[in-house]
Formats: sequence, structure tokens, C-alpha cells
Amino acid sequence: MAGTVTSSAEPTTYRGSADDVVQVEDLQVHFHTSLGVVRALNGVSFEIPRGKTLGVVGESGCGKSITGLSIMQLVPRPGRVVSGRITFRPKEAGQPIDILALDRQSSQMRHIRGKNIGMIFQEPMTSLNPCYTVGNQIMEAILLHQTPHKDEARRQAVGILQRVGMPNPERIIGTYPHQLSGGMRQRAMIAMALSCTPDLLIADEPTTALDVTTEAQILDLMRELQQELGMSIMFVTHNLGVVAQMCDEVAVMYLGKVVEQASVDEIFYDPKHPYTISLLRSIPRLGSKRKEHLEVIQGGIPDAYSTVSGCPFHPRCPSFMPGKCDRVVPVETSVATTTRHTVRCLLYPGSDAGAVAGTSGVLPGAAPAAS
Amino acid sequence: MAVAQGIALEDVAELAQKGQDVGQVSQWTLMRRRFLENKLSVAGGIVLILMYLVALFAPFLAPYQYDALDSSSTYAAPTAIHFINGRPSVCGVTQTLNKDTFTYVYATDCSKASPIKFFVAGYPYRLLGLFTTNTHLFGVDPPSKLYLIGADTQGRDMLSRILQGSRVSMTVGLVGVALSVILGSILGATSGYYGGSIDNLIQRFIELITSMPTLPLWGAFAAALPHDMSVVKRFFFISIILSLIGWTGLARQVRGKVLAYRNLDYTQAARLSGASSMRIIMTHMLPNAVSHIIVVAALAVPAAILGETALSFLGLGMLPPAVSWGTLLQSAQQIQVLLQHTWLLIPAIPVIIVVTCYQLLGDGMRDAADPYS
Amino acid sequence: MLNYILRRLMYMIVTLFFVTIIGFFLIQLPPGSALDAKLNQLRAQGGDLSQDQINSLAARYGLNDPVQVKYWKWISGVVRGDFGQSFTYDAPVGSLIGSRILFSVILSTGALLFTWLVAIPVGVYSATHRYTVPDYVVTFIQFVGVAVPDFLLALILLVFASQRLHTDLTGLFSTQYTNAPWSGAKLLDLARHLWIPVIVIGAGSTAWTTRVMRGNLLDVLNQQYVQTARAKGLQETLVIWKHAVRNALHPLIMTLGTLLPALISGEVIVSIVLNLPTTGPLYFSALINKDMYLAITFLLFLSVMLVVGNLMADLLLAWVDPRVRLE
Repeated sequence: MAGTVTSSAEPTTYRGSADDVVQVEDLQVHFHTSLGVVRALNGVSFEIPRGKTLGVVGESGCGKSITGLSIMQLVPRPGRVVSGRITFRPKEAGQPIDILALDRQSSQMRHIRGKNIGMIFQEPMTSLNPCYTVGNQIMEAILLHQTPHKDEARRQAVGILQRVGMPNPERIIGTYPHQLSGGMRQRAMIAMALSCTPDLLIADEPTTALDVTTEAQILDLMRELQQELGMSIMFVTHNLGVVAQMCDEVAVMYLGKVVEQASVDEIFYDPKHPYTISLLRSIPRLGSKRKEHLEVIQGGIPDAYSTVSGCPFHPRCPSFMPGKCDRVVPVETSVATTTRHTVRCLLYPGSDAGAVAGTSGVLPGAAPAAS
Repeated sequence: MAVAQGIALEDVAELAQKGQDVGQVSQWTLMRRRFLENKLSVAGGIVLILMYLVALFAPFLAPYQYDALDSSSTYAAPTAIHFINGRPSVCGVTQTLNKDTFTYVYATDCSKASPIKFFVAGYPYRLLGLFTTNTHLFGVDPPSKLYLIGADTQGRDMLSRILQGSRVSMTVGLVGVALSVILGSILGATSGYYGGSIDNLIQRFIELITSMPTLPLWGAFAAALPHDMSVVKRFFFISIILSLIGWTGLARQVRGKVLAYRNLDYTQAARLSGASSMRIIMTHMLPNAVSHIIVVAALAVPAAILGETALSFLGLGMLPPAVSWGTLLQSAQQIQVLLQHTWLLIPAIPVIIVVTCYQLLGDGMRDAADPYS
Repeated sequence: MLNYILRRLMYMIVTLFFVTIIGFFLIQLPPGSALDAKLNQLRAQGGDLSQDQINSLAARYGLNDPVQVKYWKWISGVVRGDFGQSFTYDAPVGSLIGSRILFSVILSTGALLFTWLVAIPVGVYSATHRYTVPDYVVTFIQFVGVAVPDFLLALILLVFASQRLHTDLTGLFSTQYTNAPWSGAKLLDLARHLWIPVIVIGAGSTAWTTRVMRGNLLDVLNQQYVQTARAKGLQETLVIWKHAVRNALHPLIMTLGTLLPALISGEVIVSIVLNLPTTGPLYFSALINKDMYLAITFLLFLSVMLVVGNLMADLLLAWVDPRVRLE
């Protein structure tokens, strides 16, 4: 498109610390369909700090689920990872692993899936196979990654079910998923994902389908397990309330890009990106005056097949700068000096790639990431 | 997100793009659009229409009368077409009896070639029942004969018989299914709407019928028909027999739909405003199930056609002098005859084509009526 | 579970009872009787019977009784194992149909097994390799397969085998074994001849079932639990076969209700074309000759096969799908 400056490859030197369990750099995932190309992920970069919870928030269609699936190399056809890098640093000693360099079906990738990285999904109703007992499905993971002995696997399965708070785990082992309630099924899913003590748990909207009380219990459980196992969590959700409860860091996504990443406090108390600010404002508050209109973000998410020139948020942005925002694609820039807080917005210096190529945001004191 | 829920992204976007006017356009227009996108189904539908046209104009297309006997052409092989003087022609054929094997042998004599003419004068017939004419699409001057697909045991032209047979074979299925639809819809709707003991009774009755194997049951019915019925009468009775089992499947489907609709709000509203049960069934429920019924009917026609073919093949369906593809295949029952005169199997080809086209059509209609199934 | 089976058995017996009533009435319908057919036969050969002989024959076979009496006599015989007498062959019906029903069962079951053994792998392959050339080939074969009626396929194969392979496909036994007592060699001969009718009867059903399996698997592959299985790090083949296919089998077993009647009817008609010593030829000649008890007994046993098949389908469903078990 004439008149658009597209960003060059993101500078890879500045981000995060060398101990991030997962580092995603400029990930592009495209879906080639008969009607066009959907750029589900359009240059996503973020890090998941070790032992902490990263919340990934955004509206439907922003790409947050695909991000989780990409880390596991489970992107469904016709989706393909077009470019980018995902670096995984497992707890066990050794070199960091370039995930995208591994073949999807290789035994190494399958070892990572399930043993090093676990994933739980949104719908507990449909996430467990109705034809096999809960015990069978948990033991399947244990037998695959931990031990080949059935008795030992059973013992471990009972143990992990107990740890996730299931009453009477011995009985649950022999029950079928449809005999359990939603909350119990989600606990079973968590048990299955954690049975091999992974370094990272990717939770894709795990409590969206549950009622509030059960949701609170599950979130408590996840927090406890995280502290006990020293595990990192990537928590994908659209619910800012849950983010506030659960997350240490937050990455806000819009239309396939991360538009802001910071600690949870800074996101809530000092949001920088207009999208983040609008999201926070649109949460209804108790005690607000009656007859006050609910704040909404004007406009809607554009059609998946279209491309937006310049900044993807500009058609809906309250701080839209004509002539600039619709022509220049902002690059990531840091807005804080002592903490990690990055934004992708032309309001902030350093986001105009042409002006600051190469110098955008090297955090003082941060060691360059191993590349 | 759409992908995680298993709907392909391409379908979502397509629905979003093309469904811009979903709210304004009628259900039928939507279904017609979806149907037309399925090229295979449309092709099947077109071929079917062509075949029905062929059946309609059968006498025009047939060079000979379907029941014209010709003892000098018993089991004649398909006439070879030679190009003589640049025109497609047939050579003269002479029939001799081989005294050793007691079969007829045919020798061709191309010195007496006769060109194939188009729009020739042949035997008289009534076109579309409107007026009498004797023009046929093609033919040769006698005494030459043009048996494009050979002749049967009594020297009758197979092509003419196949064309004539198409009238019976392609319509008996329609009549049978139409009867099934009526019977099945009424019983199914009643069963679903009233529930309770009526539903129970009808369901048990359906189970009883489906406990008996189809073809043997048809056979038993058909064997009960007297042999001296008129062709038309027998045609209708065979249709009725075919429909007597087919209605059960349709009844079950309609019942399922009615059960689903029964609890919807607009049914409650109708009941509260005093509408009678019959009215509720007829004006509210059945129209909604109509698209579904049409699909089931379209997929049931091939079964009826195959049923009539099988019955006639066994000698229980249509009887001479009536002609259907099944009766034509009857002569193929004798293996020895078939092995020597393999063209007797050719009536099977239109059967296969018609059934395949109905399948394609039915599949396309089903996808159009309910794209998520 | 036992309760369920017992209830179903009771139910089956009641249903079959009603089947006999309907069938009996049907077969009664054509005017005339087997005696007339036999008389015609006799007269054609130049013989004849006196009126007295006709009357005594009629009395012996109870031909002049009203329908209800005939039925009652027959049904009370059935529960004792006596299925009546065949007029045409002048032999007890039981002895005539015993072995034939056995072959029918063997053929139908064989065709069913063939259908599943072929349709499931092919359907799975087709679903997991969408839009590839093999998938299109399979879809094409499937369409044609459903459109070709079984008796036609039998005829085509007969012609083909005779002209190209110079073998005769008819019959279930080679000539030397036809009337020989059972032996290992005879069994082997049977097995060699069996597969042609099994394939012919099963072909149409295989084509249809492949399509159903493909559709089912495509639906299942979109389900979340398949993704969960992959996320555990399982190999793709295990994901497909252990997790996906097992779930796709449930609707497949439900299709048995449609398959079984087709297989049984198919067996009947194919046996006529291929001249097999099973139900088909004898049943239809019984219908035509109004050999009443022979025909109705055949109909009864064919219905028994169907009903028992449905029961086994339901049991199989409960075994495969735990959700059904608890009802």
C-alpha cells in the first residue's frame, strides 16, 4: 500500500532476561484460505518470565489462543508459522531450544509437549475424551513421559488428583468425564496437564466456561500449584478481573500483535496504550452513577481478511493522529526505565521505526538475550 | 476463538462476507444460493432433468416400437456403424442358423450399406399425448436395421426398449416416494405432536415394519398381486408397495423435528391463542420441516428406483408387456445367455446414472438446507 | 444390563410374533393354493388327480381351513420346532431351510465384517488426507458403489470372471463337494467360494459406510479432546486411532440399523443371481408357487436375523460408548 511504512524486523537484542522460560520473537502465523490470507499473528513478541504468570488479554480474534498453540506447535491447518522464533528454556540444564526448528511430529517436540509444557483448554465439557476414564487419560500422559510402569503411573495419577483437590481420587480414577461436574472436569484437566510437572502451563481461558464460585476455586488452585512447583503460567483470557487476581505480568494483544506488555500493577495503574486504557475504562464499576453510559470502544474488529494500514488500532483509537497513525506502523518501544514496560504506539517516542532504528529501547541493566 | 472451536476460519469469513443480507432474504433464497454453489449437485440435477426429458420424448428418440418383434434379429449384436462415403451408415446383416450350436449367426454385408438419416419417418405415435406424428430423431430405411444397443430374445430393439422403460423406472420411484412422504409426514407429525400412547403405538408399528427385511417383504406383497392386472394398475400397486416400507424412515425424521419444534415458543403461543392441534401441525410445524422432508425424499427416490428394478428383475414387479429397466435386465438372469450377449446388461447403466444423480442432488440439497451437519 | 437384555428378548419375541401374523396374512393373499400349482404341474406332465384325491390332499394339508385356523396350527407347530410342510418338495420345511438359513447368516455376517474391515481404515485415511488424490478417488468409488445395485454387481462380476478369468463364480461349492458330507476340505472349498458373494453383497454397504466414517471422523477431529491428546505429546497415529476413531465409531454402530436390512436383502437377491444354496432362490420360488409354510418360515427367520442383529448392535453400542451404558 502506498504511503505505509512497515516496520523492519524487530530488534532482538533488548528483550527480557536470559532466564525467561519462553521467549517469542516476531511470530507470524498465517492462514491461507480460498478467500484470502488471515494474518492471525502479525509479529507477536513477548516473554514469559520463569516462575511467574503472564496474562495474555485481548478481544476474540486477536490471536491469543493461536499464540498458545504456536508455542506447542499445534497450530491447526491451514495455519502455518510463517516466520519468527520461539525459544524455550526448560528447567533441566542444557541449551535453550528453538521450538520452531523442531519438526512437529518429532519425538523431541512431543517430549516438550506434555512433559515440559502443559496446556489446558477452555471447555472442560469437551476437552476430555468421553470414551475413556479420567484415570486412563491421566495415566496416558504419565506413562508416556514419566514411567512405563502401570502401578507407579496409577499411584502418581491418584497423587496428582489429590493435589488438585479432587475428593476421593481413587474413585475418580475409574469414572468417565461425563460423570463429573464442570469444575471437577477442569480439575481433572489440570491434573492431567500437571502430571508430568511441566515448566510452563499454557492455560487457554480455563475458567471462562465455569461459574464464578468454581472459577475462584480453580484460580486459587492454580496459584497454589504454581508456587509449589515453581511453574510458569501463560494465562490467556479476556477477563481483566481474572488478570488482576492471577497475573504477575500482562501482555495486551490486538489484531495479532502485542500492543502493550508490563507488570500487572503498571497495566492497571499506568496503562500506556490507548487500547489498554479503553479496555480498562469499559469495565463497569460498582458504585458508578446511575444513568451513566457504559464506556465502549467505538467501531468493531475489522474483517479477518483485510489489512489495516499503519497502526492496526487507528480506526477505533480515541487518540488517533491523522496522517501519522494511518500511515506508520509503530514498533515496540520501552516506556519505563527500571521495569519492563513496552508499548506499540506512535504516542510514545521510539515507536517510529524510521527515526530510531536500532536504538529502540535497550533496557539499561538488562542482559542481551541469547540468540 | 473460532479456530479453537473447530469452525474453519474460511467458513466463518465466508459466512460473514456473503451473509450480509441474511436477515432480509427468505430461507428458500438462502438455500438456493448454497445449493447452486455445489457444482456436483447442480450437475446431477441437470443430468436428471435431461433424463426426464428423454423419457418424455422417448418415442421421438426411439427408432423402433418397443414391442416390435423381429424374429430375424434374435439377440442381434449392436449394429456396427461404418463410415461410408463420409456418412455414418449401417451395413446389411444376414441371419443364418448355425446347425451345430443352434444359435443364430449374423454376417455383415457392406455392399448393401444404408446411411443413417435424421428426422426420418418411422412408426406413428402421439407426441406428449398431444398430436400424432411419425418423425423420429434418427433411423435407417428398411430393410436395413439399426440396433444401436442390440436386440433381445425376440428381436426387439434394446435402445427403444430402454427409452420406453425409462418412463416407468423413473416415475415409479417418484410416485412411491410421494406416497411415502404423505404417509410418513402425517404419521410422524402426529406421533411427535401428540406424544403419549399415540406416539407409542405408531412407534411400535414402525418398529414392527422395520423388523422385516425389505426386499423379501416387497416380494411377498408383489407375489400377491394378480397377474392379469393392467399395466397402469400394476404400476400404481407397485408404487404403493414400495412406499409401504419407505414411509417409516421419513416418519421417524419428521417425528424428531416435530418433537424439537413442539417446545419452541411460537408453538406455545399458537396453542395459547386457541389454534387447533391440526392447524398447529399443518401451518406451523410441517412448513419448517419441509426442507428437511424434501431432502429425505430426494435421497429416498434412488432406493425406490432400485427396489422396482430389483422386483422387476426377479419377475415380481412390472410384467410384460410393460417395460422397465428391471424387466429388461430379467433376460440377464440366465447366465449362459448373458455371457454370449453381454449387451443385455446395458439397461443397468441408466439405472446407475439416475441413482448417482439423485444421490448428488440429495447430498447437495442436504448441505444447502443445513450447512452445519 | 442383564435386565435390559431380558427385556429386549421378550420384546423381540413379541415383535416376531406380530411379524408372523402379518407375513402369514400376506402370503395367504394370492388366490389359489400350492395344490393348484402342483395340479397344474401334474396335468402338464399328463397326469391328473381325482376329486377324491384332491379333497384328501386338501384335508391333509389343511388347505380348506380358514386363515385363523391355519395360522394357529402353524404357530403351535413352530413353538415345538415344526415349521410345517412344503407342498412343492413334499418335505418338512425345517429340513429344507436349515442349512440355507445357516449360509445366509454366514454370508450376511461375512459381508458385515467385510464392510467394517474395509470401510473403517479407508474412511479414516480419507478423512486424514483430505483434498489429496486418494481422497478424491475414494469419494468417486464411494458414489459409484452406492449407485450400483448388488445384483447388478454380481452380474457384472460374473460376466467379467467368465470372460476374462475363465472361472465360474456361481454356487458355494465346487461340484464335487456339493452333496458331500462336511469335512475340512469342504470347509476350505466353502471359504474359497465365499469371498465373492461376500464382497458383492458388501460392496454397496462398504461404499456407504466409508462415507459415513469419513464424515464422522472429520467431525470428531474438530473436537477439543483430540487437541488435548496432541497437547499431551502423543504420536499422531495414536491420537487418531485411540482417541478420534473410538469416538467416531459410535455413530457408525448406529448405522447398523440401516446396514443390516440392506445386507440381508442383498444376500437374498445376490444368492439368486449367483445361484447359491441360501435363502434367495428357494424363498422366491416358494412365493411364486404359493408354498405357504416354506415362504412364511423363511420370512420369519430373515426377520429373526434382522432383530437379533439390531439387538447385538445395541449391545455393541453400549460396550463402545460409556455414555450409553448408564441408561
